[in-house]
Amino acid sequence: MTVKTAPGHTIAGPRRPLSAKVKSAAWHASMIAVLAIVLYPLLWVIASSLKDNVDIITDTTLWPEQVTWEHFANAFDGLAGIPLWRFFWNSFLISALSVVGTVASSAITAYALARLQFPGRTVMLGIVIATLLLPGQVMLIPQYLIFSELDLTNTYIPLVIGKFLALDAFFVFLFMQFLRGIPRELDQAATIDGAGHYRIFFSILLPLLRPAVVTTSIFTFIWSWNDFMGPLIYIYEMEKFPLPRLLQAYSNSEGVSNWGGMMAMTLLSLVPVVLFFLVFQKFLIKGIATSGVKG
Amino acid sequence: MSASPSTAAEPKTGSAGEAGAPPVRGPRGAAKRRSSAVRGGERLAGYTFMIPWLVGTAVLTIGPMAWSLYLSFTDYHLIRGGDWIGMANYTAIFQDPMFLRAVKVTLLYVVIAVPVKLVASLFVAMLLAQQRRGMGFYRAAFYMPSLIAMSVGVALIWKALFSQDGTQDRLMSAFGWDGGGFLGNPSVSILMLVLLAVWSFGAPMVIFLAGLMQVPQELYEAADVDGASKWRKFLHITLPMLSPVIFFNVLMETVGAFQLFGPAYIIGGESGAPAWSTLFYTVRIYTLAFTDFRMGYASAYAWLLVLAVGIVTVIMFRAAKRLVFYAGEDGR
Repeated sequence: MTVKTAPGHTIAGPRRPLSAKVKSAAWHASMIAVLAIVLYPLLWVIASSLKDNVDIITDTTLWPEQVTWEHFANAFDGLAGIPLWRFFWNSFLISALSVVGTVASSAITAYALARLQFPGRTVMLGIVIATLLLPGQVMLIPQYLIFSELDLTNTYIPLVIGKFLALDAFFVFLFMQFLRGIPRELDQAATIDGAGHYRIFFSILLPLLRPAVVTTSIFTFIWSWNDFMGPLIYIYEMEKFPLPRLLQAYSNSEGVSNWGGMMAMTLLSLVPVVLFFLVFQKFLIKGIATSGVKG
Repeated sequence: MSASPSTAAEPKTGSAGEAGAPPVRGPRGAAKRRSSAVRGGERLAGYTFMIPWLVGTAVLTIGPMAWSLYLSFTDYHLIRGGDWIGMANYTAIFQDPMFLRAVKVTLLYVVIAVPVKLVASLFVAMLLAQQRRGMGFYRAAFYMPSLIAMSVGVALIWKALFSQDGTQDRLMSAFGWDGGGFLGNPSVSILMLVLLAVWSFGAPMVIFLAGLMQVPQELYEAADVDGASKWRKFLHITLPMLSPVIFFNVLMETVGAFQLFGPAYIIGGESGAPAWSTLFYTVRIYTLAFTDFRMGYASAYAWLLVLAVGIVTVIMFRAAKRLVFYAGEDGR
C-alpha cells in the first residue's frame, strides 16, 4: 500500500541503492508469485490439453510427462461431423456483425444525446441510464415471442439486431464520455464555416473518436464471442452454433470421457480473445478507465 | 469526479471553465440566440441520429417490458397459450420452494462475491498504482482473466478443476482428503462460483487504478508532514478520494451479480446441482420459460428480479448521497 510521489521520491525517504535493488527484486518476485496463482487455471488447461486422458487425472503436475497433440487433432474434427472451423466462423460472424452494429449505432446516438438539443432529449437520456441497470431477463420472453412470430429463431438476427439499434447502453455512455473530452469550440467553428450536424459528426468528431471506436470494438467483439444465453435461446441447429454452444454440447456428449479433447477445444475457443487482448491491451485499459472515470 | 450514471444524468447547464465543456448545451447561451431555422435543423438532426435507438427501445425494450408485465398476470404457456389470472403467479411464487432456493443462492452469491471481488481488486490496484518498471505488463496480466471469466470455456475449466476426481480433489486426496470435489459438495459449491467472480477482479481493478492515479499526491505529502501512518492515509485520503469510483464499481458489480447466468448454468445445470446449491435466479427464469414453457410464470419471476434490483439500486444511490465524497464539487 505504499504510495509513491514521483519516480525517485519515495515516502520512505532516501535509501541505499543496493537495498533498493533487493527490495525491487523481492517486489517483482512476489508479484510474479501472485500472478502465477491467478493464471494457474489457464496454465492448467494448457497442460491438460497436452496430456493423454489418463495422465490428466493421475498426473496433477503442470508439466506433461508425455506431450500429445492428439487432443488438438480431435478438437479440429469438431462435433457430429461438423469441423471446428465452422463453429469459429459462426462465432466470428456474430461478433463481427455485433461490432459493426454497436459502433455505428452507439456513436450516432451518443452524438445526439451529448451534443444536440431537441425536445425529449432528457427523457431519452434517462431511459438509456435506466436500461444500463435494467436486468435484461425481463425483456427476454417477449423478445423471444416476437422473433419466433417473425420466424427469425435459429438465425443470427435476434443476436445482433439490438446492437444495430444502440441498445447496449454501456457503449452509448462510453461514446458520450469521449465526446465530453472533445472541445465544443470545434463544433462551433465548423458551424461558423457552414458545416451541418452530419458533416460535423462524420468529418470532424468521428475521426477524433477513434479511441472510443477501438475500445467499443474490442469489448463488443469479446462479449459477443463469449455470449452464451443468446445462442442458447435462439440457435438450435448445430451447424449454426457459435463456440460457446459447441463447448456446451461437446461437454454434454464427450466431456466425461474425453477431458483432453474438451480442454483442447476450450483452449482454442479462448485463443482469439486472448490474442485480441494482447494486441489491443494498451487501448483497452485506457478505454475502460475513461468510461468508468472522467478522462 | 465519477462518470457514474448520476453525473451523466444531470446535465450541467452553462458551467464555465471546465476543460471538456459541459456535455449538454443549456437553454441559455448560444442556442437561444440562433435563428429558429438553425434550431429546427438541430432538432431534425437530433431525431435523425436517434432513429435506431428510438426504434430499438420501442420495439425491443419498452414494448417487451409492457408485454412481460402483462404476461406475468397470465398463465401463458408457449404451446397452450393462456388467460388472465390476476395475481395468482405472484402468490404462487412465494410458496414455490424453487423460488426460495433461487433467491437464497443468488443473495448469498451477491453478498459474498461483490465485496470479496471489490476488496481484492482494490488491493491489487493499490499494488499496481506505483511508478515501477514493468507495471504495464502486470496490469495487463491481472486484467486478462476478467475478459474470459464468464465464458463457457472457463466454466468448463472450473468444472474440471473442482469436480469429483478433478485436480483439487486429487491434490487434496494426497493429504488424506476424502470430501471429493468442491463442486460436488452443496455447502461449498457456490463458493467456487464466488471464486470465479473473484478471478475476474481485473475489470473493477482497472477502474480503481484510474481513480487512484487521480488522487492528488499533495494530500499524501501533507499527511507525511503530519506523520500519518499508512493505514490512516488509506482511511482518510485514499478511501474518500476514491469513493465515487467505489460507488460506481459497487453498483455495477451488484447489478451484474444478480444476473449471473452462463457459469451457473454450465456448472450446475437447470437444477442447480448439487442439491440446488447453484440454482441461480436467472437459471430458474430460463428453465421456467424455455424448458417448461411456462412463460407467464417466468415473467412474474423476471419482474420480481427487476423489482429487487431496482430497490437495491435506489438504496445505493441514497447511501451514496451520504457516503460518496466528490472532490471539487459543491452542493453534493
